[in-house]
Amino acid sequence: MRSSSHHSGAAVAESDSVRTPPFLRLVAAGLLILMMPLAATANGGTIRIGMTASDIPLTSGAPNSGFEGVRFTGMTLYDALVSWDLSQADQPAPLVPQLAESWSVSEEDPRVWTFNLRQGVEFHDGSPFNADAVVFNFDKVFDEASPQFDARQAAQVVARLPAYESIRKVDEYTVEITTKTPDSMLINQLPFMFFSSPAHWEALGRDWGAFEQDPSGTGPFRLSSLEPREQAVLVPNANYWDESRMAQAERIVLVPIPEATTRANALLSGQVDWIENPPADTLPMLESRGFQITSNGYPHLWPWQFSFLEDSPWLDRNVRHAANLAVNREEIQVLLAGNMVPAQGLLLPGDPAFGNPDFTIEYDPEQAMALLAESGFGPDNPVEATILISTSGSGQMQPQEMNELIQQQLSQVGIEVEFEVLVWESLFDNWRQGAEHSGSRGAHATNITFATHDPFAAIIRFLDTNSAPPNSLNWGYYSNSEVDALIADLRETFDAEENLSVYRQLHEAIVEDAPYLFVGHDTGPRAMAPGVAGFVQAQSWFQDLTPVHMAD
Amino acid sequence: MLSFVFRRLLYVIPIALAVAAVCFSLVHLAPGDPLTAVIPPDAPQEVVAAITRAYGMDRPLVVQFGSWLGRAVQGDLGVSVATGRPVLIDIQRALGNTLLLASAAAVLGFGIGILLGVVAAVHIGGPIDRVATAIAITGVSIPHYWLGLLLVVVFSVYLDWLPSMGAASGGSANWGWNWDSLRYLVLPAVTMSFIPMGIVTRTVRAAVAEILHSEFVMALRAKGMGSARIALHVGKNAAPTIMAVMGLQFGYLLGGSILVETVFSWPGTGYLLNTAIFQRDIPLLQGVILVLAMFFVGLNLLVDLLQSFADPRIRRG
Repeated sequence: MRSSSHHSGAAVAESDSVRTPPFLRLVAAGLLILMMPLAATANGGTIRIGMTASDIPLTSGAPNSGFEGVRFTGMTLYDALVSWDLSQADQPAPLVPQLAESWSVSEEDPRVWTFNLRQGVEFHDGSPFNADAVVFNFDKVFDEASPQFDARQAAQVVARLPAYESIRKVDEYTVEITTKTPDSMLINQLPFMFFSSPAHWEALGRDWGAFEQDPSGTGPFRLSSLEPREQAVLVPNANYWDESRMAQAERIVLVPIPEATTRANALLSGQVDWIENPPADTLPMLESRGFQITSNGYPHLWPWQFSFLEDSPWLDRNVRHAANLAVNREEIQVLLAGNMVPAQGLLLPGDPAFGNPDFTIEYDPEQAMALLAESGFGPDNPVEATILISTSGSGQMQPQEMNELIQQQLSQVGIEVEFEVLVWESLFDNWRQGAEHSGSRGAHATNITFATHDPFAAIIRFLDTNSAPPNSLNWGYYSNSEVDALIADLRETFDAEENLSVYRQLHEAIVEDAPYLFVGHDTGPRAMAPGVAGFVQAQSWFQDLTPVHMAD
Repeated sequence: MLSFVFRRLLYVIPIALAVAAVCFSLVHLAPGDPLTAVIPPDAPQEVVAAITRAYGMDRPLVVQFGSWLGRAVQGDLGVSVATGRPVLIDIQRALGNTLLLASAAAVLGFGIGILLGVVAAVHIGGPIDRVATAIAITGVSIPHYWLGLLLVVVFSVYLDWLPSMGAASGGSANWGWNWDSLRYLVLPAVTMSFIPMGIVTRTVRAAVAEILHSEFVMALRAKGMGSARIALHVGKNAAPTIMAVMGLQFGYLLGGSILVETVFSWPGTGYLLNTAIFQRDIPLLQGVILVLAMFFVGLNLLVDLLQSFADPRIRRG
């Protein structure tokens, strides 16, 4: 399946060695042996991974299938200018330089960022990574007039880089990116921009379809073969530039198995060595049969997003606080066999930006009832609200059971909720339509989970006044001048320390104002065969597959 | 005979058109935006508009239907929204896999069904009949995805005899006529064979029993004809009914069961349909439904023609 160009490189090397004098060959062999621990560090083994996707995510540099795609065919085959350090389990994964070694923001015009690119990096086809390659790739998704423009890749990437406006090559290893407005969040958006080889695209006749079968990035893995809907085989990139992240397995086989029970059975019968998101009820059995279960909180929130339209009971902050105090999150955790981190805010409790909000989210029904009484509600005059929910959906955990439990808990303090159950697709489409739209059926909150890995994803798209429909996902038309001012401030604060401090204030303000019912964070359980070694589950949607291998 | 074939072929045209219209409109009536799979929910308005334009989904539905039908007639079913691969290529691959599975299930289901049906008809009313009927009813009633899961738990998880999913080691492209590949076929084929086995058993039993008690069979017996030759007459008379049922059943099998193929991750048409539904991949969904529907139409035509060969009375009717 690999391109002939790749093999022809090896063929040239072999024919060269035939003409080399014997003693030189000996020296070369000696050098090779010395270099071996650096180059071919594979501990070996094949790891077959059962993904939840129903197809192999796109491999040409802009994966589909959501973050699972980014995880398996994005960060394996490709690198970004900036990415996350996924080597630690005990803190939310921080951003680190990857293909950009350093960057700076212009003081005269804070819209202009200069990136110094890493030198000596090669694509899998052997062509150099440089400023031209970076410009080529941005044009691939942002410039409809460029020959390399690909609508499919654009659909995946453009929405994830809302700050970007234009790019310019400064010299061989320097590029300048200009944002639409001064926006510190560009850096959080860059991990989703992967770099495909321009030379390889040319060699394949400028055909992204062919590139899909035979991609070339700079990542720690190369694609060895691709069978659509059945499997993709990744092998180590022996020339990877980052020696600390050399792939340890000989092969990683990605197998799409969308049906959860089938995934578990495939693991149990030894057809795969690792499954994503095993069904919760199989976890105890898997564990008792010696399989490893890993899990860790990650930037995901399971909330009710409140409406702030005129008829909404959630307009009263006391009611919002009361609801947050009436939910017993530990009971919900038990319902989910432990697979949830109780929410204390929008961000994970250990996040550096969590801060120290004045309002503590915990289970305190007495306080909840006191707050409701203060606002004139009581047993004879309960708060009444309708919530939009689905019975399934990507990232929704177990929505029906969880919502029913919350319904009972709220009822105990005098908040009576009813559910409008929608098909997941309709609920999801309604997110953008907003609470006012007829599709919302007059509901006062919507229950859609989301990623909270950066300030834009976690906050701006939902809570900035400008994000109200149809602009973005401020479904409930939330508008808070303090939050808006902090968001504006955050965008224009480029110093990392100061930026974190503003982000912290923003998070504190949001927890205190409680525009959500904060319920929990998913823990992304995975199950693996006993032999799988080296995996560290980072607090992230993304995971590093390079250290993973089969123990002897 | 030729005019009968021609007439039956003509009927196919309005049926095919109606099938195409129904499948196009049903897909568009379903909730959710057709581009949900490719556009993140927080994409800016202009991005949504540009991508909708790029996929041609900003045009009126009638225009979209017209252009889709125009291309479909020429064998071009468009390009998958999610993967960019031509829909036809995906369908061809999937159909090959489903054909394999359907044939294996048909051989099993029809073979056992005919055997049980004949045995039951010959011993009608007796204990053998009751057992055969019980098996048939079980076959029809058992939810086959549940049966599939059960077989996987027993034969893959506990006994570790057979693979639990997939079409061959390393993907269906590596499939070959050897035990290593055939192992993958066993559980899904057995699961899929249960319903046709039950239905064929019942049909054969009823048809054969009725003919066995008809006057001409009694006359043949009275004439002293051997049971082998009587069986030939009975078979020929029962064939049209049984063929019609088997044709329909084979059609269902070819459609690939969404549930069975999903439970076994068998890369056939049912699994493809499932993927298309999950990804809201409308061109793929329309393409698969159309091709499957046309298979049904074609298979019905074939059965009609075969029946008319077996029983000339049908041609005149």
